[in-house]
Amino acid sequence: MTVYIVKRMLLMIPTLLGVAVLIFLLLRVVPGDVVEARYLGQGSQFTSQDLMDIERKKLGLDQPLWKQFTTWMWGIMRLDFGLSMWTGSPITEEIKLRFELSLQLAIMATVVATLLAIPLGILAAIKQDTWIDYAVRVFSIAGLAMPSFWLGILMILVMLIVFKWLPPMVFTSFWVNPWDNLAQLIWPALAVGYRYSAVATRMMRSAMLEVLREDYIRTARAKGLWLKLILSRHAMKNAMLPVITVVGLEFAFLLGGLVVTEQVFNLNGLGLLFVEAISRRDYTLTQALVLIVAAVFIFVNFATDIAYAWLDPRIRYR
Amino acid sequence: MMKRLAGLLAVAVSTVLAFPLQAQTPRYGGELVFPVPSEPPSYDGHREETFGLIHPIAPFYNTLLRVDPFDKGGTKPYPSLAESWTVSADGKTYTFKIRSGVKFHDGSEMTSRDVKASYDKIIFPPAGVGSTRKGQYAVVEAVEAPNPTTVVFRLKNASGSFMSSLLSPYNFIYKADILAKDMNWYEKNIMGTGPFTFVEHVKGSHVVGKKNPNYWDKGKPYLDGFRAIFIRSSSAQVAAVRGERAHIQFRGFTPADRDNLKAALGDKIVVQESAWDCILMVGINHEKKPFDDKRVRRALTLALDRYQASESLSKIAIVKSVAGVQVPGTPFATPPEELNKLAGYWTDINKSRAEARRLLKEAGVPDGFSFTFTNRGIPMPYEPLGVWMIDQWRQIGLNVQQQVIEPAAYFGVIRKGDAQVFMDFQCGYIVEPDLDMYKFVSTDRNPANYSRYKDPVLDDLYDKQSRATNAEERKKIIRQFEKRLLDEEAHYLMTLQWHRIIPHSAKVKGWTVTPSHYLNNTLDTVWLSE
Repeated sequence: MTVYIVKRMLLMIPTLLGVAVLIFLLLRVVPGDVVEARYLGQGSQFTSQDLMDIERKKLGLDQPLWKQFTTWMWGIMRLDFGLSMWTGSPITEEIKLRFELSLQLAIMATVVATLLAIPLGILAAIKQDTWIDYAVRVFSIAGLAMPSFWLGILMILVMLIVFKWLPPMVFTSFWVNPWDNLAQLIWPALAVGYRYSAVATRMMRSAMLEVLREDYIRTARAKGLWLKLILSRHAMKNAMLPVITVVGLEFAFLLGGLVVTEQVFNLNGLGLLFVEAISRRDYTLTQALVLIVAAVFIFVNFATDIAYAWLDPRIRYR
Repeated sequence: MMKRLAGLLAVAVSTVLAFPLQAQTPRYGGELVFPVPSEPPSYDGHREETFGLIHPIAPFYNTLLRVDPFDKGGTKPYPSLAESWTVSADGKTYTFKIRSGVKFHDGSEMTSRDVKASYDKIIFPPAGVGSTRKGQYAVVEAVEAPNPTTVVFRLKNASGSFMSSLLSPYNFIYKADILAKDMNWYEKNIMGTGPFTFVEHVKGSHVVGKKNPNYWDKGKPYLDGFRAIFIRSSSAQVAAVRGERAHIQFRGFTPADRDNLKAALGDKIVVQESAWDCILMVGINHEKKPFDDKRVRRALTLALDRYQASESLSKIAIVKSVAGVQVPGTPFATPPEELNKLAGYWTDINKSRAEARRLLKEAGVPDGFSFTFTNRGIPMPYEPLGVWMIDQWRQIGLNVQQQVIEPAAYFGVIRKGDAQVFMDFQCGYIVEPDLDMYKFVSTDRNPANYSRYKDPVLDDLYDKQSRATNAEERKKIIRQFEKRLLDEEAHYLMTLQWHRIIPHSAKVKGWTVTPSHYLNNTLDTVWLSE
């Protein structure tokens, strides 16, 4: 197991390096740069080429590409992501601010999704083709069909029109004021968690159905084992494998991918930062965000594989 | 008898006047909360061009002069750090008396030295320091501070627009000592003389300011503080006002948002509207055939039924007035009866389109001729205006494809000269011909003229109006400029003037809408009734 973990960790390095090269080049292929985004889009008639040259020089955009790349990579090796080209602030500062919110939202949505998906998926499987199964399937298909941002808009409208109340507009850390924090984040967590649970519920149901038809389950039933014990000790552990994959990947996605939901609820999260960084051609910030999200995905995949290996010893590397 | 009547009348008039005055007595206290749709990249007004800087940062600063906060036209100069001024007979020397006793937020005294240092940074930035408004002050020869309460601007020649240039809300007065140490200090720090002092800026979230107890304008500000919250989504901004979490959004809402807010909140909402000093115009690349032919360009403008569009589009988009090169209702705007004479502004659209077809035929452009119209990927109001124009051009037998380009890349593409016909825009902080018309001078003088033409006649008219110190004379030259630009040569086509709609909480008092969303954000006159 230790060799397996070390091997997987070493594989992360070339993967991240590949991501770094790819994002660096892709960003420079897209037309426009941060200076154009800053000065040409505001309708001013007095923006001179001199000003744009000064700004480009300040940001190092006048340097050849190989030099820009090596400077950036040298910084990364020292865990220094550099400065945002748009704000001039350290990138770690820009990300740190948003990371807490995004992480908390991802955790809350995962909790909501897991709490809904696992019991509902099991229930639907053991009550297959009864009204309970149909209800769970309708519930999960509705979740899949409904984009979370649209559900978010509905939630806001209901809160506004029926209860004449809106969640706070500014993020407060859970450690500063838990009530304000939850009052803001519970709604997007429910909206996102519901959609997330829909995928996991369907996965849980089908995996469970498959496992329940296995010979060893029939044997367990035949020898008169208590149903709850069969489900928890024998069926669930095996049925969880695909669900863990879905939950893991969704979790990684939630950290940087909730752009529209963040807009709807006005959340100062990583998703919105990502979109703004790209639309402003803030190369350094975009590069850092892509690397971080890639690292999260790689880490989550790694953790999922470890969980797989723990749940199913056949999977372990030799 | 007459005396008694006059006395009674005087009493009646004073009574009538007294009630509104009493009702309008400012109330102290409260925090003004407003969403800002965009966040400032830095805090340096001399460097930035976005309203995202003005709305949350302007309350921390003063400028030399400002626009009268109660002037709906948004053009009247009003004292700020300069309490009075004189202009020499030849119009080349402007002398300002600087207010005494004004303190920076760090407690130090503000003097003419600070004003000079700030304007030197804007007009004559040292090597390596960017100033986005340097070109606007090309007429300035020197800025002098002969004593602590006097600042003198010496110009190369008389200028009809110099005073307006000094009304720029971006020209914050910074502390000379700080600038002497580090010209870039104000990019990341805030320290001015304004009515509010800086409390915090949480990136991506909000800026908070609190009342400056030592503000030089005694009795102001009325508010205890303000909170500017960055909200990008327009629906979230509307929800914030509707949910009474925010009082006002200073940039503007759509007609539908206004109607929804009014329907939901009734008397709790007050709506202020104004023509907006922003306009989308159509650039025509003179280097691409057949658009090098002015008959084709004239046909494009003649096809547009602006009056009908004004009626229909103003219901769904933030556009309204039919305008020339100046915002309607402002001092140099073209009266409608004169505007009607320009190509594309005739009231008979059938006659106009017949002429357009004739011109196309004469220029050898076949029926069904195809070209690409490049538009910017911003929904409001680019999208409805783009769709409208394509339909209008189709009605004179042109077949137009729309190419939509993402905002950050848009002007880079247009600047390169690859587009044929494209959407261009400008927005000003003040309605002033020099600022509004500079866009249209020859491309070798102004690279922001993306239609890529050289027109010495137009340049000459621009210079003449700029130097004219007599308003009537200037108006006449502006009319000639406008006729050449929009009619005879049809270098650019105007769409419709933007329309600014501010539905705000009825609790917000002391704020007046102007044609510019860059103005009136110092917040010193604003108060909350409850």
